[in-house]
Amino acid sequence: MAEKSSIFDMIGPVMIGPSSSHTAGVVRIARAAIRVLGSQPTHATITFYNSFARTYEGHGSDRAIVAGLLDYPTDDKRIRESFDHAKEAGLNFTFQGVGNASTMHPNTIRLELRDERAGTQVEVIGQSRGGGVIRIVEVDGFPCDFSAALHTLIIDADDVKGSIAFIADVIAHDDCNIATMNVSRQGKNQVARQFIEIDSPLTELSLQYLRHLRWVHQVRYIPAID
Amino acid sequence: MSLLFTDFASWQQHCAQTGEPLWQPVLNYEMEQKGRSEEAIWDGLQRAYDVMRDAVHTGLSENMTSRSGMINNGAKKVAASPVTVLSPEFKQLITRALGAKEVNSCMGRVVAAPTAGASGILPGVLVTLQDLHKLEDRSILEGLLVAAGIALIIEQNASLAGAVGGCQAETGSAAAMGAGAIVYCLGGSVDQALAAVAITIQCMLGLVCDPVAGLVEVPCVVRNASAAAIAFSSAQIAIAGVDPVIPVDQCVAALGEVGESMETRYKETALGGLANTPRARQIEQKVLIQDIQILPDEAQM
Repeated sequence: MAEKSSIFDMIGPVMIGPSSSHTAGVVRIARAAIRVLGSQPTHATITFYNSFARTYEGHGSDRAIVAGLLDYPTDDKRIRESFDHAKEAGLNFTFQGVGNASTMHPNTIRLELRDERAGTQVEVIGQSRGGGVIRIVEVDGFPCDFSAALHTLIIDADDVKGSIAFIADVIAHDDCNIATMNVSRQGKNQVARQFIEIDSPLTELSLQYLRHLRWVHQVRYIPAID
Repeated sequence: MSLLFTDFASWQQHCAQTGEPLWQPVLNYEMEQKGRSEEAIWDGLQRAYDVMRDAVHTGLSENMTSRSGMINNGAKKVAASPVTVLSPEFKQLITRALGAKEVNSCMGRVVAAPTAGASGILPGVLVTLQDLHKLEDRSILEGLLVAAGIALIIEQNASLAGAVGGCQAETGSAAAMGAGAIVYCLGGSVDQALAAVAITIQCMLGLVCDPVAGLVEVPCVVRNASAAAIAFSSAQIAIAGVDPVIPVDQCVAALGEVGESMETRYKETALGGLANTPRARQIEQKVLIQDIQILPDEAQM
């Protein structure tokens, strides 16, 4: 059985127009991506694919993606003027469009983000699925599948026996239920990346413990984005 | 166990057996299925109605020009027109529905009810209803719950999305929600409210989704106005006790059937109907981004 809708899906969401897939969903992809980066980027290269490639200006998806990079929520009236605000925030951005990418979802966006101050960068691919629902499907070449509607953990760890079971155990001891999990690795015995969606928030203590483990290289935690 | 809003017959039956008003089981549904408190639900509805009222006001006071230029302060032009074709109230209804929907097209804040493309209909209907009949906000919020119940049933048995069921699914559903709310708010019976839904679906059936250049502008904005008008005409017919003949659940099934058999080019793809007219194709050349990289066809690989 499909999950029952809320009356606030019928009378809602409150959002910036014109379209939930072209504005609300796009804002959420960017908000998820800056959380993967860990900070507000100074530079962004934004690629719109397929259906998005020709319509992103007409639908205002360009302003929506920049608003999301500034972490504005989907009902924020500043979205329309986000280019001006980006200038003030020191965010530089460029757009490009790619058509006929037949292996990709019709409404796909690639974000190449860089924070010059922190010396970090990340490449995130997201899909806007309609109704403001999104999927993040790739992070730095690692395939994944999370919605940012739940709480997400991205853990880079050595590809060693028992690592998945150990991490799942830590999460379980924090009384968190794992909703989805996605694991891939660069190669055997190299770094593996785990994408874990959990139903309730993980405590800071558990996050610190995971980060403290010798075989864990990086732990990114993305609380649910509304 | 709360009512699950799988069909109109069980909603009607529930109200007949318990004596509850139409909105009560919708409130209970949200509390039980989604775990929200009653207070949070009323607050959420008030917020939604406030945003709707704001959108009407914004559409009639601020500059409403879309980036494509196709939307250009239509609501204000209607409001300022020296000619009143029917009545001042009718003119107000039209300006409000147009205005709220123009806010949506111009990247302003709206309530998707049930979708962004139909976001002018309930604001136009409810603000006009409240104004004309001097209703309290509480009554309008109850009407919103009735509207939500209607949408829940249509979502399960047909669709609310233009990409799935055409424009009839979006503006048709919004008009049906509005018609049911009007009859409820004016003291009509449960049967009359559901008859208003049935009649509205009968009026909106078959409408295709054919947006020019794929933008939520033409014909979406004018269809929000006509859908608001149909909500009132259906409510007027239903509250007089006129029998819609085809029961409301069967009207919803017809909505689903027509939506399923509709060709893809009439489902938000901008390939058919108004979107495929010579003028629309000219506009597309101007509005759509031409400077994009096209990958080689991978079909043969």
